[in-house]
Amino acid sequence: MNRSGRSLLGAEKKKVIVLIAILLVSIVFGGIGHAKDVELIGAGATFPYPLYSKMFDVYNKESGVKVNYQAIGSGGGIRQLTNKTVDFGGSDAIMSDKDLAEASAPVLHIPTCAGAVVVTYNLSGNLKLRFTPDAIADIFLGKINKWNDRRISEINPGVKLPDMNVTVVHRSDGSGTTSIFSDYLSKVSKEWKEKVGGGTSLSWPTGLGGKGNPGVAGLVQQTPGSIGYVELIYALQNKMPYGMVKNKKGNFVTATLASTSKAADTNLPDDMKVSLTDTDAPEGYPISGFTWILVYKDQSYGDRTEEKPKELVKLLWWMTHEGQKYTEPLEYAPLSKKAVEKAEKLIKSITYKLSTVMK
Amino acid sequence: MNHSRAEVLVLEAKTETMRWRKPALSEPSFRRILSVAGAFVLLLLLAIFFSLIIASYPAIQSFGIRFLFGSTWDPVRSEFGAFPFVVGTLATSFFALVISVVFSIPISIFLGEYSARGTTATFIKSMLELLAGVPSVIYGFCGLFILTPLVRTLEMKIGVAPYGVGIFTASLVLSIMIIPYSASIGREVISLVPSDLKEAAFSLGATRFEVIRKVILPYAKSGIVAGILLSLGRALGETMAVTMVIGNSNFIPKGIFSPANTLASVIANEFTEATGSLYLASLIELGLVLFIVTTVINLIGKLIIRRMGVEG
Repeated sequence: MNRSGRSLLGAEKKKVIVLIAILLVSIVFGGIGHAKDVELIGAGATFPYPLYSKMFDVYNKESGVKVNYQAIGSGGGIRQLTNKTVDFGGSDAIMSDKDLAEASAPVLHIPTCAGAVVVTYNLSGNLKLRFTPDAIADIFLGKINKWNDRRISEINPGVKLPDMNVTVVHRSDGSGTTSIFSDYLSKVSKEWKEKVGGGTSLSWPTGLGGKGNPGVAGLVQQTPGSIGYVELIYALQNKMPYGMVKNKKGNFVTATLASTSKAADTNLPDDMKVSLTDTDAPEGYPISGFTWILVYKDQSYGDRTEEKPKELVKLLWWMTHEGQKYTEPLEYAPLSKKAVEKAEKLIKSITYKLSTVMK
Repeated sequence: MNHSRAEVLVLEAKTETMRWRKPALSEPSFRRILSVAGAFVLLLLLAIFFSLIIASYPAIQSFGIRFLFGSTWDPVRSEFGAFPFVVGTLATSFFALVISVVFSIPISIFLGEYSARGTTATFIKSMLELLAGVPSVIYGFCGLFILTPLVRTLEMKIGVAPYGVGIFTASLVLSIMIIPYSASIGREVISLVPSDLKEAAFSLGATRFEVIRKVILPYAKSGIVAGILLSLGRALGETMAVTMVIGNSNFIPKGIFSPANTLASVIANEFTEATGSLYLASLIELGLVLFIVTTVINLIGKLIIRRMGVEG
């Protein structure tokens, strides 16, 4: 009980104000890191995320440059690059004309590796199935409802197919995997192209949706008689069966790292904006695709200094050369020699203020 | 100075009154702070509403009222309609509500009246709070890995397509998630029934059951409904648990076992990969629809509560 009650309250108030001020100052100035360390930021596709994770970790140890990649999906990567909030984007899908118009400046598509999308199923009896493009399209269009339908049994002679309903499983979220799969189906089936089309998110005529590759794999593993599509890596790691697919040259090919790389062994355009689906390569797996790193051709946007473009170009060069040795252990298909040559030309064409970054 | 005991007491009393007359915070400014806090909440709500409208304007312009009744969700052709998702959201939420009410009202009666004190009551109360605290992703996982196979076996027995996922599974998962909300509010309200009312009934010879039916429940009616409304609001907006077990099929569900999709689940699934401003705007308009649906249901609920009486 003392008369100075009010001044005590004032002293308390002062302490609180000082504390808040210290907090604010440390937040504002703590963010300013060492000005010398360059950090590159990227965002995009989830498919190559395990590979990029490893690559950027190794690159950091070797060069000291920190690369931060957020796997938010191909669409997110394209959006962030358009908003210029990241240095590079990652995408399993080629930027559409609409996306390029919104970006309003040329965007280079530099391939880093290739992947395959496999058709996996849940049937008892350890069956090894073969699929034709028409069969896959009809199944995913909802036109084939029973496993022992003639259209499946005639391509699989000698296999005892059960009288079960076919349950289609697709992706519920937007994905580059869906983009590759639907791009393939649009090429091989006119009906698919008209009814559904290609893209990262589709209006599926039938089936259940699973979230992410693990979601689809999980649903297929749990639902007897189901069929779905996942990245090759998921089928391998979850030991799920997947079918051989008939390619353009008429050969039934099993998806492997080798057949994925072979799918890329065709005429590649200079800008590398190529879809590998329905490949001409005789031993290539027909449902394959590149994944790309997207960068602006002209790096002198915003308030960028020459430092970041230099490091970016060095990173891209490393990823397409020394970094390629990390692809196969993680079950990704490395770039073929032809693809690397094209990538080199693209990287060399990156400019900063009217001169190329790579001298 | 040596004061006598009486003088010390008088001095202290004087200082006390002096402090009374000059409090650290005056009554009007205290009221002002409280009204600012209240206005802040209202402003925040309005800000959310208007930012939703602004961000979804391209979609509102392209589709107009068709958006609410369209059944196609085609990102490739930029044709968007929200009807299947509205049906899915309402179906799962109301079905979950019905299931949860069957459990939460007896729980609140048990905890509020029958066994209000004691170790059983405390135990059940803490278990209820734990149930409310489990993250929704965990509910989703349990639904996907434990409940789905069970529902699949049930579907195979009935002769329906054995998906396992669908409205039924999603409603079951949701109902368990929302039980704690209605149960705890119901318990509070029931325990607040004035004891003289109950004692009067007992003294007239009423059995325990009759007291509950004729005294406690009518008195606590509006409070219980308010609790149920809160749990319905939770069910309408629940995303993660639902998206894992609803089957994500963008068609209007044909029956209780068909797969479907809800507004929140579509937004969560497709937002990060959405390219194209119309696609994004349509997704945000889904959020706006959900916001409006939730508000409308809340308003209807408030009307029901008001009709039921002023207590609780």
